[in-house]
Amino acid sequence: MALKASSLKIGDTYSERVATNLSRTQIVQYAGASGDYNPLHTDEVYTTQVAGYKSVFAHGMLTMGLTGKMLTNYVGDGRLTNFGVRFTNQVWPGDTLDSTATVAAIREEGGAPVVDLTLSTVNQDGKEVISGTATARLDP
Amino acid sequence: LAKLTFPVEASHIMMFARAIGDENPVYHDPGVAGGIIAPPSFPQAVAQFDPNYVLRPKPGQPWFGSGAAPSGIEGKPVATGTLHAEQHFEYHRHVRPGDVLTVEMVPGRTWEKESKRAGKLVFRERITEYRDQAGELVITARSVGVTTERPVSND
Repeated sequence: MALKASSLKIGDTYSERVATNLSRTQIVQYAGASGDYNPLHTDEVYTTQVAGYKSVFAHGMLTMGLTGKMLTNYVGDGRLTNFGVRFTNQVWPGDTLDSTATVAAIREEGGAPVVDLTLSTVNQDGKEVISGTATARLDP
Repeated sequence: LAKLTFPVEASHIMMFARAIGDENPVYHDPGVAGGIIAPPSFPQAVAQFDPNYVLRPKPGQPWFGSGAAPSGIEGKPVATGTLHAEQHFEYHRHVRPGDVLTVEMVPGRTWEKESKRAGKLVFRERITEYRDQAGELVITARSVGVTTERPVSND
């Protein structure tokens, strides 16, 4: 399943809820899968008493992965040529995240159609936690 | 910096996809048309294959997270730590089980900035190239880490 250049227009959007009441356990699950065991993400005692944060928080890369799930559901599997993000705010246990892709441009690259997207993931307060861009190959 | 070898395995891709809550069969079902591929943010899991990775506890070595005390090492170690500021991937093709990637990281630019939320910020860029067995470039990644003077305020 892939997007067709002929059926897209600038300003089109696609959104998904990518996390609901994010659990500490899912953050631990991400630590195990990614290999990033930074205690800031998994160790409440260290993070509150030594590092000075209110609680553990999600890996930026977990939020990028959640955003990527929305993105690949939209553009199709194996279609991305670029995916980049800035982590603009921390994601905390309990957060609910909505991720949106917006069509910024439809153009040709090496004779084949591609779409440029802007990406935004926001929490339940509407605060942006990720802003980004992506490019994906399209069907004609 | 040393080159790392990153053998890409189907079970690792499945566990990674579970952790990001993605049940797309392309990440776990070998019967899917075209075969299994890795999710787009998977390349970062190369950390599993770095023998000296500092954010993984190692047997016989003190760990800075909590045990009997709030931190397992003396003083105030990585008190605020380095946070991830940006991550960018360029895909020349998508990673598959069976790929054995050679991964080379080189430092990029360094810059500083003052911030109201966390004091002086030091940004460090790192470029990572992932090549396959044939020497073909599969993924180019650029990451930016930021070391903060104090914990980030969320006011």
